[in-house]
Amino acid sequence: MYTETQILKETSTSLLNGEGELVINVGPQHPATHGVLHLVITLNGETIKKIEPHLGYIHRSIEKMCESLTYRQFIYVTSRMDYLSAHINNHACAMAVEKAMQIEVPQRAQYIRVILDELTRIASHELWWGALAMDVGAFTPFFYAFRERETITDIMEETCGARLTMNYMVPGGVMADIHPNFQQRVKDFIKLFKKNVDEYDDLVTGNVIFQNRLKNVGYLSPEDAISYGCSGPVARGSGVKSDIRKIAPYDIYNQVQFDEVLETAGDSFARYLVRVKEMRQSISIIEQLIDNIPEGEFQAKTKAVLKPPKGEFYTRVETARGELGVYIVSEGGTTPYRIKFRSPGFSNLSALDHISRGSKIGDLMATMGTLDLVIPDIDR
Amino acid sequence: MQSLTNRAKQVERKPMTFIEKLYLWNILKGMFITFSHIFKKRPTVNYPEKTRPFSPVFRGLHVLNRDEEGRERCTACGLCALACPAEAITMEAAERKIGEENLYREEKYAARYEINMLRCIFCGLCEEACPKDAVYLSETPAPSNFTRESFIYKKEDLLIPDPKTETEELKKAKGLN
Repeated sequence: MYTETQILKETSTSLLNGEGELVINVGPQHPATHGVLHLVITLNGETIKKIEPHLGYIHRSIEKMCESLTYRQFIYVTSRMDYLSAHINNHACAMAVEKAMQIEVPQRAQYIRVILDELTRIASHELWWGALAMDVGAFTPFFYAFRERETITDIMEETCGARLTMNYMVPGGVMADIHPNFQQRVKDFIKLFKKNVDEYDDLVTGNVIFQNRLKNVGYLSPEDAISYGCSGPVARGSGVKSDIRKIAPYDIYNQVQFDEVLETAGDSFARYLVRVKEMRQSISIIEQLIDNIPEGEFQAKTKAVLKPPKGEFYTRVETARGELGVYIVSEGGTTPYRIKFRSPGFSNLSALDHISRGSKIGDLMATMGTLDLVIPDIDR
Repeated sequence: MQSLTNRAKQVERKPMTFIEKLYLWNILKGMFITFSHIFKKRPTVNYPEKTRPFSPVFRGLHVLNRDEEGRERCTACGLCALACPAEAITMEAAERKIGEENLYREEKYAARYEINMLRCIFCGLCEEACPKDAVYLSETPAPSNFTRESFIYKKEDLLIPDPKTETEELKKAKGLN
């Protein structure tokens, strides 16, 4: 472990240490880290010898904060963890409270939740796609990605009431019924998106220049993916089955037909392909559900003050970045005794050192881009 | 060349042909796609001149409601402050005196009601908690400002205009004219 003084010493007084190695800092403020991530990189020439991530720059002690909030309130703080899949975070927390309270969620609420989950996943992958292309040097895809993402945020705003931190989940269902235009707007979006995702393939996926930046870069073997605890598209890019929607289906995921996207190559391009294909899978999930939203209640009847029984409760969902686990210890009071989030970003980041060793510094941005790091999710 | 740690592994892929190595076709293809977007509909809005309407459920700045006769609905029960995850709401209750029946709907009212918009996370729990339909989240997004004090919204900032005496202002606030 480096201490802060050691870093200062290494970076300011002697950039070159005794063995001819150069220590450089990427971040905490660096455009390619998409947040306040600090990487201390040891280089031998252009080759990376070691990467040490320094965390804590955006630590807001969300877990501790949740201990002083009631079971209704703490859900909304978790939107700020992984802000790109805020809805899915809320979903995981609401599910944990429902499990503790043994609340049965109405079918209509489950359908709405899953549709919005998948829309969030698409929006998150869109942003990742644009940002990755920008990291490796293409600027136009960023605008195209935001154009479609804007349509999703508009749908979110119309139904949930906010664009990024939706706060639409409550224990037992969703906060309000969907907007009358919701189904039509989602269908319009699907029609538009299907056309545009082909355009993405034409512009970026099929582009040989882009492929050469990603192929054979950042290889992660399936064994390492498992031992580092990687999940989501990072693990699936290495051929590890890790989709929670398939392994432990929650809500109505066992009623919809979709494929778990697996790529075996394990390099950055494989992870890229997994995410692009996942967007198409999400579209097919939404298509199956959007016309069949059952009538009925959107929220189960719950008590005003939730007091789960004494015990420990754990739920997990598949966010856009991987497996998010919510662990609640209840002492029978109105606030949780302890809350722990198992965030996908932290495990995926831990593999960065391993997969970048021996590669060139120029490839680091492509590797980090395909790991899809969201820093507030890593630090919480 | 063998890598330093011997961890990097070559992934079997098809080698590129000569035409692909030129990159020319891919550059032209990309250029064509971006060029074709000139003729498409523009997705952006010229913001300061034109604004986009917000949806009716949008959670923006709070307002304190009045009833049809222009009396304040809030009874300073404190449920909104209790429900708030960010502890943004503070209030002080006072008792209505004789002769103030046209100002406050019930015997108890909020003498001081403050919302700190810097703390607020716009979750809408206060709106859900209110038993008197007094506090609402409007469609106005929170504006920017220079000082911290200006983000603490007092009762005067939050109350909607009186529907009886300030009809013009109410219309304006609702964006009807």
